[in-house]
Formats: sequence, C-alpha cells, structure tokens
Amino acid sequence: MSWLFKPGFFASSPVHVALVIGGIAALVCGVVGAFTVLRGQSYSGHALADLAVTGGSASFLSGISPLWGFAGMGVLAAGVMDMIGIRRARGRDLATGIVRGAGLGFGALFLYWDTTHTSATGVAITILFGSMFTTSTSVIPLVAGFGVPALAIILVLYRPLLLSSVSADAAAARGVRVRLTGLLCLVAIALAVSLAAITVGAILSTALLVGPAAIALRVTNTPARATVVAALIAVLATWLGIVLAYDSFSWPPSHDGWPVSFFIVTLIFLAFVGAQLLGRGRRNALTASAG
Amino acid sequence: MAVKMATSKPALPGETGPPGAETPGDVLEVDGVSVRLAGRLVLDDVSFSVRRGEFVGLIGANGAGKTTLLRVILGLQQATGGRLSVSGRPSGRGVVGYVPQKIQLDPDMPVRARDLVGLGLDGQRLGLPLPSRRRREQIDAMLEAVDATRFANQRVGNLSGGEQQRIMIAHALISQPRLLLLDEPLANLDIRSAQEIVALLARITREHGVSVLISAHEMNPLLPVLDRIVYLASGRAASGTTDEIITEDVLSRLYGYHVDVLQVHGRVLVIAHAGDGFEVLAGDESAAAPGHPDHAPAGLEQ
Repeated sequence: MSWLFKPGFFASSPVHVALVIGGIAALVCGVVGAFTVLRGQSYSGHALADLAVTGGSASFLSGISPLWGFAGMGVLAAGVMDMIGIRRARGRDLATGIVRGAGLGFGALFLYWDTTHTSATGVAITILFGSMFTTSTSVIPLVAGFGVPALAIILVLYRPLLLSSVSADAAAARGVRVRLTGLLCLVAIALAVSLAAITVGAILSTALLVGPAAIALRVTNTPARATVVAALIAVLATWLGIVLAYDSFSWPPSHDGWPVSFFIVTLIFLAFVGAQLLGRGRRNALTASAG
Repeated sequence: MAVKMATSKPALPGETGPPGAETPGDVLEVDGVSVRLAGRLVLDDVSFSVRRGEFVGLIGANGAGKTTLLRVILGLQQATGGRLSVSGRPSGRGVVGYVPQKIQLDPDMPVRARDLVGLGLDGQRLGLPLPSRRRREQIDAMLEAVDATRFANQRVGNLSGGEQQRIMIAHALISQPRLLLLDEPLANLDIRSAQEIVALLARITREHGVSVLISAHEMNPLLPVLDRIVYLASGRAASGTTDEIITEDVLSRLYGYHVDVLQVHGRVLVIAHAGDGFEVLAGDESAAAPGHPDHAPAGLEQ
C-alpha cells in the first residue's frame, strides 16, 4: 500500500485533524444530503453554500472561527427562507433565489474588506476552497457540536420528513407539523453545508452535500439504505481525497500539493458518472430481457 | 332528507338545520361551512353529512371548491364560518385517511410501494422505523387487500397512475380510519384503470367498514357505487341520492341558471347552453365546448 500512502502520512498531525474533521463533515453531509435530494431541496443547499461565503468572510473580519460564520449565516438564511415562503416549490425557489442574491452581495463586500483591510493571507482561497490541512485541532469539538444536531434532526424526523417529501398534504393529514419539519430540515442542511464549507470550501460544499446522495439514490432501493450509502460514499471520497492530496506534494508542477477539495469533488463526480453508467446498463439489460 | 328554506337563495336538498343536528351514525357532519379565499367566496354555507359505511361522491367542475372543502375537513384550511364534526372532533387531522390528488415521487427516488404504505401506519412518529414482524405483516396484508403485492418492492415513481392510486389507498387505509377522503383519484387515469380503482374502493371500504368521501369532476365512473352525492357549484352544495340531486330542477337552482340533464349512452351529462353551443358542466371532461357544437360528444350535435 506504499504506492497509495506516502511516507509520513499516518504520523502527520495535520493529516489526523483533516481525517477527523473531514470524516465528521462527510458523515453529516451524506445523511443530510440524502434528505436534501429526496425533498428536492438541492437548490436550497446550493444557495446556503453560496451564503456560507458571506458568513465565512464576515467571520474573518470579526476574528472568529469561519465555522461560526458558515453556520450562523446558514441558519439565519434558513429562517429567512422559511419566513418569506418556501412551502410551495415555486415560492421556495423564489425565496431561495432572493435570499441568495442578497447574501452574495454582502459576501462580495466582506471578501473585498477581508483582502484589502486585514492582514490575513489567502482568506478568499480558504473560504471558497477550504483548507483542511491548516485547520487547528481546537476546531474538532466545534465540528462535532454542529454535526450532532444536524444528524439528530434527520434521525428524529426521519419518518415525518419522508412522508412530507411525498405529499405535504398527506403528511399534514396524518398530524405532521409540515412547516416546522421543513424549517428544521433547512437548519440541518445549513449546518451540513457549514461543515462541508470548512472541508472543501464554501463554493464546493454542495458537491459533498448533494453528490454522494445523488449516487446513493440511484444505486439503492430504500430511503434508509440510500442514507447509509450516501454517508459511506461521502466519507470514503473525503478520506481518499485527503490521501491523494497528501500524495500530491510529490507531484508536478511545483511539488507543493494540490487542493484536497479538488480530489474530493472529482472522486464524487467520477463515482456519479460510474453510477449513471451502471444504471443505464441495468436498464438496457432489463429492456433487452423484456423484449 | 332535511331541507332548509332560505330567504335570500333557493333551498337545496341536503342543506341541514341548525348546529347540533348531527345524528349518531354520522362520521362527518359539515354544517354551514363557508370559506373565503383572496376575497372570493369559494364555499358558501355548505352543509352535508356522511354516515357510517356510506360511499359519497363530492362532484363538481374544476375550481368548484372540492379540494378546498377536503382541506377544511382535514383541518388544513380554516373555514370562515360554519361548524365541522369528524367523529366528534372539530377536524379530521390525524384521524381520517387521505389520498391527495398528487404525490411527488420521481422514478429516481428510492421509495418502494411498501415504504409508502408503511408511512401511512406510522409516518407521523418520530425516530427511525424499527423493523418488526407485526409491522411487516400489517403492510403485507394491506398490500394484498389492494392487490398490490406484485409491485410491493418497486419504486413508487416507476408505477403507473392506477398502481400509484392503489398504493395511496393502502397508505390511507392502513391506519384503520373511519373516514377516507380521496381528492380526484380518478383524474389522469384511463377508463379501465378508473373502473378498477372504483371497484377496489367499493370492495375494500365495504370490507373495512369505512365511510368514503371521494371528489371527482367526472361522476359517471362513480355512479354505480355511490350511496349519495354532494354536488358543488357556485360555491354551494346540494346533497342526496343521485336521483334526488342530478335533476334539472335541483342543478338549475344550484348553478343559478337553467341546465339540462341528459342520459347519453348510459352516461349522465349536465349541460348549460352558451351562445350558439353548449357547455358540458359535469359528466364528461372531454366535452367542454362552449359555442363549438363540432366538438360535442356523440349524439349531442345541435
């Protein structure tokens, strides 16, 4: 296995931190992502990822951990989206688009101030594309602190979320509080996006949220299996991405390493293409046998 | 059949007396319910009841207020006036079975027919569904009751419209409600599938002793199995047996202008004259052709 794990990988402290933080973030994103895709809220996830840019850049200005900025802005945006109407699909997209546009405007302003008025170097790169190898161990409890409630929301509301995804009216008729359930799901998505943002960066966080879930929904037949498989794919892609990013320090052109976020999202993309081809092959085989 | 006389508008069959007129056999009592949406009076003093074990059709054109009325009964829409009693409760939320007009499941979504039926059993509960033999047996029995065992493990999004309706009926019935509400379950089904669903509903609700209130804009597939009919038009309702309600006199008073009731090839058509042509108000969704006799159903050319 020395061809994969370069010398020093298992002894490296930054690698340990990256594996722990990346693993937690991927687990949360896989579980929450399955319901994001099931409920048709990928666009909301994308908007919350964009708004994480605003939160992250604001946190640099105020000198706090970017994770607080990512999560704080995400939860705030989730509340605003709910308040201005996300109950019907068209209203939901409209509300999401309005909040996203307004938030990104502030994100641009804060990033400008970050790069022109603070001494922090590489702020924009850190916010947009993540920096797992430079993350401090002190962030680990914070990551777990945001991850646990996100997982708890999905696991506790598993059945009401699933039922209201099929039909909001049928769920309400069964006694489900559809609006509260939807709001809590948005909060879980916001927390998952914030964890993805410190892993692969705000701009790429949707890939970790939606990608593994989209693959899992194609290759499994039940929501429970899809949730487990999405989490597994996300964790494997993240850990393998960390391994490859560590290996890339010996790669050209400059031997100073490629971004870990590049590897993670590329692995997810390749897995998605593989799942698509596998699904197409299965369908063709079924059609041929039926004919 | 109680008849209420009103001074401002003609009395209609089924308009009941004052609040508290509910009889012991009533599963549903709707008494003078009105609903105003965006300034428009969608339902105006609607009254009717559904008795234990009855199969009742809620008939009216698209936009007549059928879905609004069902949402009021479910407690999803606030009535602006009137009184409602569902087995003694002020709304049917959590106690009636409900089949919505549409479900949102793409073929990509990994939700099997048995998963959806299981959600009818305990979809409102918190936490993960723990596997249990009793739960599996209940789901299997319900799938068998609606003749859906053969596609129990298929994704709901891959099923035909008729198969999806069977699954939604199983979903609504598995919690053993006393009243089943169905919102246009026959819409978008071909004639054969619609007939199969109607026969299934008549059989299964009789076997389970469930009362049914089923909405439809096309009443003909339902006529053989209906015990009574609630006809909605112009925001008002008339209720009684089909013979009592589907008459020129009652429907003309309900619509507020003269309508004809015709029997064509065994089908009932409710027709209003419009200009040089006519408009089919109920009875055949494909024949709405005001002023265009060329598009009239067979045998109706003028």
